[in-house]
Amino acid sequence: MDIYLPIAEVSLDIFVLLGLGGAVGFLSGVFGVGGGFLLTPLLILIGVPPAVAVASSANQLVGASVSGVLAHWRRGHVDFKMGFTLLLGGLAGSFLGIWLFTLFARLGQIELVISLCYVVMLGVLGFMMGIESVRAILRQRRPGAARRKLHRHTWLHGLPLKTRFRKSQLYISALLPVGLGFMVGVLSAVMGIGGGFIMVPAMIYTLGMPTSMVPGTSLLQIIFVAANVTMLQAYTNHTVDAVLTLLLLVGGVVGAQFGTRFGTRLRGEQLRFLLALLVLAVAAQLAHDLTIRPKALFVIPTDIRG
Amino acid sequence: MSRARLALMLLGLAAVASPPAHADTVIADLSSHSIAITTGFTGASVVLFGAIDEPGDVVAVIRGPERETTVWRKGKVAGIWANTESVTFANVPGFYAVAASKPLDDMVSPTAAALYKIGVGNLKFDTKYSAGPERTRLFTDALIAAQKRAGVFSAAYGKIAFLGDRLFRTTFIFPANIPTGPYLVEIFFIRDKQVVGGQTTPLIVSKVGVDAAVSDFASHQALGYGAIAVLMAVMAGWLASLPFRNT
Repeated sequence: MDIYLPIAEVSLDIFVLLGLGGAVGFLSGVFGVGGGFLLTPLLILIGVPPAVAVASSANQLVGASVSGVLAHWRRGHVDFKMGFTLLLGGLAGSFLGIWLFTLFARLGQIELVISLCYVVMLGVLGFMMGIESVRAILRQRRPGAARRKLHRHTWLHGLPLKTRFRKSQLYISALLPVGLGFMVGVLSAVMGIGGGFIMVPAMIYTLGMPTSMVPGTSLLQIIFVAANVTMLQAYTNHTVDAVLTLLLLVGGVVGAQFGTRFGTRLRGEQLRFLLALLVLAVAAQLAHDLTIRPKALFVIPTDIRG
Repeated sequence: MSRARLALMLLGLAAVASPPAHADTVIADLSSHSIAITTGFTGASVVLFGAIDEPGDVVAVIRGPERETTVWRKGKVAGIWANTESVTFANVPGFYAVAASKPLDDMVSPTAAALYKIGVGNLKFDTKYSAGPERTRLFTDALIAAQKRAGVFSAAYGKIAFLGDRLFRTTFIFPANIPTGPYLVEIFFIRDKQVVGGQTTPLIVSKVGVDAAVSDFASHQALGYGAIAVLMAVMAGWLASLPFRNT
């Protein structure tokens, strides 16, 4: 059954959209990541204009993050002070990101920029995750191997504006979370992702936050950054398709339930290795598409309407 | 677009495009003067029917609202295919289709076809910035090919069927991705390869119901729309977390 999406101005099968939301929700339930990095490329693949895909994914992210934060908050696993410090940078970053997005759209290069960002981010991420998970699997086989040091001092700890984050038991420069939030804010606006896959490792390894606090706190700031991106996209580019968002959310909610249950039966390192393979496969596909001769040498981008 | 401006535009178009003489030699109408894009919209068809006073042939042309369109050429930059060159055309109809009672070449003289813009090849596009004749031709061809791929320029012309000597009818098919706005249907009466009469009639394509509300809201109250989109997502997220409250 086809449904006409009023902003994307295409007719797509309603069950394909629900299924896509469900599949991405399932993966995010299994792996504990937002899944935006898979959702946006898949939407583009089924015929949603890239600009609409990015903006609507950001909107979908708001809903997905709210339900995630509530779950973590009930367990007391959200550091609000850290979340809002990250947010300061995140909001500034999303303003810059939207400005870049509109600029590249006007230059006719936004599709290329989105694809390139995905290839680079997914490539690096998949590679790092793959190595890390293989090491973890190997370490388990040799239980005598040394554990890594918990806390290492680097130049990052010498920065000014030292602030105490009681909940995370940290005393670090506020510039670190602000800078991290800023970087993720830019990516969120340009790629339609929450940036959880950059944020989470950075919070653990760079900021040194306790692992239990990380997902809830990262999701907290993603809610606001994604909301800001949605507002800005709606205002500047008119590319947020609320009907598309709603369908993805409905599918995603159901998928996430199944995903979470399935995820608890699998082992962490093996999960991360599987995710790494998946991420690398998406990156390879996108990179391949950029380098083969396109079917049509002349195109009319449908990105931004007046 | 305001209603007054739309009416003016239609009037203007009619004044420019109407053939001079024998305006009453052909009478035609559409089965419907509006196409409503609803939530279940997957395309539409409109029947054009009419009668001619004397023996002859009929051509019908439908043109959608004109808009500025940029065509990009892809080129290889450092091993990656990117948009490298562009030409912007000022007046590209968002839809174009022709139906005729006989093969066009046998029926209309090239001069008349060019004058009344009958056939995709007779559409004239103005480039927004001067691009040189060679490049303009190349990009015009590419524009037409891209519009045909998108299904908004018909690749072949439709057939107008005669029922007896006087009555004719044809069906225009519109795909799901047609642009909204005022369309103009021109019916030409042709004898001895010349246009000797004609009529124009409007057709409006618009979104209705929920889709119209959503897209109107999104373009006129962009900030409010964004706020509601965010609120909707927050609500959905909150609802989704309710079943897990006690786990």
